Amino acid sequence: MTEVTPDKETRGGEPPPSAPPPTFPSDNGWRKEYWSRNLRLMVILLAVWFVVSFGFGILLVEPLNNIAVAGFPLGFWFAQQGSIYVFVILIFVYAKMMDRLDNQFGVDEQETERAGS
Amino acid sequence: MSQIQIWTLVFIVGSFAVYLYIAWRSRVKETAGFYVAGQGIPTIANGAAVAADWMSAASFISMAGLIAFLGSDGTIYLMGWTGGYVLLALLIAPYLRKWGKFTVPEFVGDRYSESVRTIAAVAAIIISFTYVVGQMRGGGIVFSRFLKLDVTQGVILAAVIIGLYAVLGGMKGITWTQVAQYSVLIVAYLIPAFAVAQQMTGIPVPQVSFGQILAELDAISVEMGLNQYTEAFAARPQIDVFLVTMALMIGTAGLPHVIVRFYTTKTVRGARYSAFWALFFIALLYTTAPAVGAFTKLNLLQDVNGISADALPSWIENWAATGLVTVSDGASTINTVSNSPVSGADLIVNNDILVLASPEIAGLPAPIVGLVAAGGMAAAMSTAAGLLLVISSSFSHDLYFRRVKRDSTDQQRLLAGRIAMGLAVLVAIYAGINPPAFVAQVVAFAFGLAASTFFPAIVLGIFWKRCNATGAAAGMVTGLLFTASYMIYTLPVFGTAANPHILDISPEGIGTIGAIVNFVVTIAVSKMTAPPPEETVEMVENIRYPAARREVTAGTEAA
Repeated sequence: MTEVTPDKETRGGEPPPSAPPPTFPSDNGWRKEYWSRNLRLMVILLAVWFVVSFGFGILLVEPLNNIAVAGFPLGFWFAQQGSIYVFVILIFVYAKMMDRLDNQFGVDEQETERAGS
Repeated sequence: MSQIQIWTLVFIVGSFAVYLYIAWRSRVKETAGFYVAGQGIPTIANGAAVAADWMSAASFISMAGLIAFLGSDGTIYLMGWTGGYVLLALLIAPYLRKWGKFTVPEFVGDRYSESVRTIAAVAAIIISFTYVVGQMRGGGIVFSRFLKLDVTQGVILAAVIIGLYAVLGGMKGITWTQVAQYSVLIVAYLIPAFAVAQQMTGIPVPQVSFGQILAELDAISVEMGLNQYTEAFAARPQIDVFLVTMALMIGTAGLPHVIVRFYTTKTVRGARYSAFWALFFIALLYTTAPAVGAFTKLNLLQDVNGISADALPSWIENWAATGLVTVSDGASTINTVSNSPVSGADLIVNNDILVLASPEIAGLPAPIVGLVAAGGMAAAMSTAAGLLLVISSSFSHDLYFRRVKRDSTDQQRLLAGRIAMGLAVLVAIYAGINPPAFVAQVVAFAFGLAASTFFPAIVLGIFWKRCNATGAAAGMVTGLLFTASYMIYTLPVFGTAANPHILDISPEGIGTIGAIVNFVVTIAVSKMTAPPPEETVEMVENIRYPAARREVTAGTEAA
């Protein structure tokens, strides 16, 4: 791999991967905390993803079809319209929440972005 | 020449001139620019490029037609081809961006081993190739209808144009042309849809207004021997709808030509927002498609219901010339309509023409028909170019450079890549002329293969440090073999017998089971063999954090 300079060289921020990570205890603490909060956000958003698409759009589509909204049977609406709107919103929420999380833990890339643009 | 032909030529030639100009302006010489555009693409532009790359001839040309005939079950394509972006954004894109490598084989090569890289490169080539065939076919249909060529000549013409400009441009050329192509295709899709919605309901927003015609559509569908439009699971059993939707979603998240786009953003944050913009742009078309399907179906049925066979509207005669619309010989009046040639209905309409014919069916003016043709070509070209790039990079970078000639120069590798592209175009022409199935179905098989090979290897590679090379290799090979065997078993594609579906699972849905098999095998084999080396584990740890920590590492940063 010579063509693309990997992040670690351009960003100049991280220790090379072969070196042991800095060993003071607080270091591992924040890593665990950051990662578990990332995972928690991910699981919540994926649960919404599953309920709206596979739940409302497929598994529960027949009972929901008994309710009509603006001419659409509701299950049909979730299957062909609603789930797609929810997908877009989910990714937006994820990107925004991760911005906040990165900021809070000081691992955001604002300096890189400014330097790069 | 008819009005429609003149306008088609004007729009196609005009839009091609723009694409070629952009490709020429941004042509590149070094390898890095050829494959990832030197990571200097703004987030919104990258999102639009992903969207164009993503929305193929299948999305533009076939999907609304498929939905029109599948009715409620058309959701497999609508949810399946959008929901995968949630997985991509949350599970894959930011982490692979942090890893900072060219291609999917590159990632698995670093994460696991050289032999896994080779398996992945071969799988990437097979998947991208299956997908390219669908594009050539789609482009061929556009040319054959609007330029009055037969489908064979149309496919050859489309393939030559697509191939030429992918070979010349590279990724940087492609990214900016794809932005232009997205603009053309979305305008071409939305204008007729808004016009038809206005005409039929008085409300110009198709997403909102197609609810008003559903009751009428249900009624006329039943009258003409079709299923009620909004009835769920009329076309496919529930379990199959579930599995196909899932296979398309995880296939999306594993498709090499989509994943490679996220390397072109500047930062991890940029990768997340690129995924958002991509799905936003895709959703514009995907929420319109079911409306187009419903409106066109209603228009079509009302146009022909009970009409005598010699007084049919002129669009039927126009399309009959391509062989994609047929009026049954014995029919004096049209009482039944189907999309299946063996149904024995009075009028047979191929799925692939509904979008292209919708302006004609609705009686919209000729310039709009020409615009739609240009949009269909834009969709086919942008996707095919992205795919050819994956084929060429997998071949030159992951097979030729790694396996054949380690000391090859940049130029030799570029040449190897271009030769691979050229060969792919030739084989795709052959397969596009003799297609194994409808455009959208051909594409669906590529997804099944991507779902059962790449998705588990990438996700486990990111989220499970203990996952090792032996496990990933075993998982990918079993996933691929399992999925491909079931497809060959159920489809008469390769001259084999078409066996009945086991447990109602269609070949499009088998990728979900293949992915589960892959996950199980990977985890089991990884557990039984030695853990991965320490530095690999450390690399996996590092991709979890977008940047070095400011406060804590302030002291070590200089070191």
